Amino acid sequence: MDLSAINPALLLASLMVAATPILLAAIGELVAERSGVLNLGVEGMMITGAICGFAIAVETGSPWLGFAGAAAGGAVLALLFALLTQVALANQVASGLALTLFGLGLSALIGQGYVGIKPPKFARLDIPVLGDLPVVGRVLFGHDPMLYIAIALVAGVWILLRFSRAGLILRAVGENHDAAHALGYKVVRIRILAILFGGACAGLGGAYISLVRVPQWTEGMTAGVGWIALALVVFGSWKPWRVLLGAWLFGGITVLQLNLQAAGVAIPVEYLAMSPYLVTILVLVILSADKSRAPASLGKIFHASQ
Amino acid sequence: MKFTSLLVGGALALGMATGAMAQDDKAKVGFIYVGPIGDGGYTFEHDQARKAVVEKFGDKVETTYVESVPEGPDAERVMTQMALNGADLIFATSFGFMDATVNTAKKFPDVKFEHATGYKTAPNLAIYNARFYEGRAIQGLIAGEMTESNIVGYIGSYPIPEVIRGMNSAFIHARKVNPDVQFKIVWAYTWFDPAKEADAAKVLIEQGADVILQHTDSTAPLAAAEAAGNVIGFGQASDMGEYADGPRVTSIIDNWAPYYIERVNAVIDGTWETSDTWAGIGDGMVEIGEITDRVPAEVKAEALELKDKIASGEYHPYTGPLNKQDGTPWLAEGEIADDQTLLGMDFFVEGITAEMPK
Repeated sequence: MDLSAINPALLLASLMVAATPILLAAIGELVAERSGVLNLGVEGMMITGAICGFAIAVETGSPWLGFAGAAAGGAVLALLFALLTQVALANQVASGLALTLFGLGLSALIGQGYVGIKPPKFARLDIPVLGDLPVVGRVLFGHDPMLYIAIALVAGVWILLRFSRAGLILRAVGENHDAAHALGYKVVRIRILAILFGGACAGLGGAYISLVRVPQWTEGMTAGVGWIALALVVFGSWKPWRVLLGAWLFGGITVLQLNLQAAGVAIPVEYLAMSPYLVTILVLVILSADKSRAPASLGKIFHASQ
Repeated sequence: MKFTSLLVGGALALGMATGAMAQDDKAKVGFIYVGPIGDGGYTFEHDQARKAVVEKFGDKVETTYVESVPEGPDAERVMTQMALNGADLIFATSFGFMDATVNTAKKFPDVKFEHATGYKTAPNLAIYNARFYEGRAIQGLIAGEMTESNIVGYIGSYPIPEVIRGMNSAFIHARKVNPDVQFKIVWAYTWFDPAKEADAAKVLIEQGADVILQHTDSTAPLAAAEAAGNVIGFGQASDMGEYADGPRVTSIIDNWAPYYIERVNAVIDGTWETSDTWAGIGDGMVEIGEITDRVPAEVKAEALELKDKIASGEYHPYTGPLNKQDGTPWLAEGEIADDQTLLGMDFFVEGITAEMPK
């Protein structure tokens, strides 16, 4: 065993990178669920975003355009879900599952010509003085811009939900759509916007995997991250900062367990491998022991005539 | 026999019978894959071999494949469907399809089955596997020669004999040329998860490894090695030549095509018999990708010499003296490991410090 081989600064830095795709997808899903929509298609929207972002970044040579394309791709897929559930009033669980399957297939189709290609590099931010600070510089100021955008999104969603009128309306729609409708709010329109936001965020998360974290395109490369994001929203009791904490815990312990393995720590590997799931669930369940609960209209179909 | 199979086919898939009759002179060959054919590694190579069969026999064969088949009951359903549709020969290309293949083979005694990397045979079920550990010996030699930090990172999938055999073989040959080399091993517990594979590679690099070996299926570890700069890696299962101007210095390529062509030919000739094939570099089933200029000329020559010796059978990568990890003697001076021990290998050799997962 040689724990000195683990560099805490590098560990913290890679923790944040590993957590970012989950965080992006989860914060988008959080907004959708707060508006009362349960979209189980996160995985499908992520993988679609991963290939759309990858393809556009390769074709244009610009990772920024790639991320924009990823958000658009995720949102287009989400639009399909919105049409099914908000206009055609289809079952949300079934539509979400179908969306995941469809996204996996669609991404494989689009991705046929992109296997084995390297995307343009997405440079780390080079902040002059701060980035050169020992330890802190690498951990806090040495990342790519998307990582900061993800954190800014969490803060933005928190402010929106908590302090703004728009956030209040969104929550009202999620808690009791009939009452919101009676007050004159456009329930369907608000929900469609929330679904689109969720899709765009999931697309960004997928593109973060294919453009920054791995970076390459392979079929099925999100490998279940979307489901973890979904679970995080629930265990984080629909609160933005708890979702951030959960994502960092999960990403952190995933990276830590690999570090411990490589350092030859004498804990059985199987326990290390399951530790990210266990610890994340445990911490978030303890946190959610307060009176927080799911939005009351979550997953329910709304029609103005009922 | 053809009459009954037509009846079965007709009863279960109405209208298929006429199609089957029209194509009866063709050999129908089915393939089931565990991953997507676009994985750039293991399944990709199986599908390349399928295409080679089509190219070789042209109109005389008709191939079908199903990709991303989960290991379990689904595999049995897929193979049953293939058999009902008139397949003469079915290749099941992953270890986890073993029991499904055995069951389907029992139901269709007239259909021939081939199962990759398994150990159960039947009169109509043959098995085939490649001696990848021969290629690992060459990677180990290059790793031992080229590492400057004396730390080699190894990403394993699952602790099964196939993977352990490769680790031991690489370690033995790295130690031979560099007595100070250490292996750091990370188990990913997946065959295919690019993000996790990339994380594992990054962790190993952060802990000082400047050579990365992988026994997982995607090219993500090579991408991580490239991003780190001064790190080398190897192509796994496929050449992964797109990284040849970067970290990839050589590769192990699974070349199934000659075997598939031979077996399909046997079905066409009516000479197919069950068999147990375990072929290596000498038979061409394991190929070593081109060694790039990043490897110094003398190391390259050494590696090629080792390859030739293994190919000719002059040298076996598991030749004594070798001890097990706990120091108990395993192979005496000059003794060669028997295939049975290799097939069931569940221990590390002496010198590896990592613990074997239970």
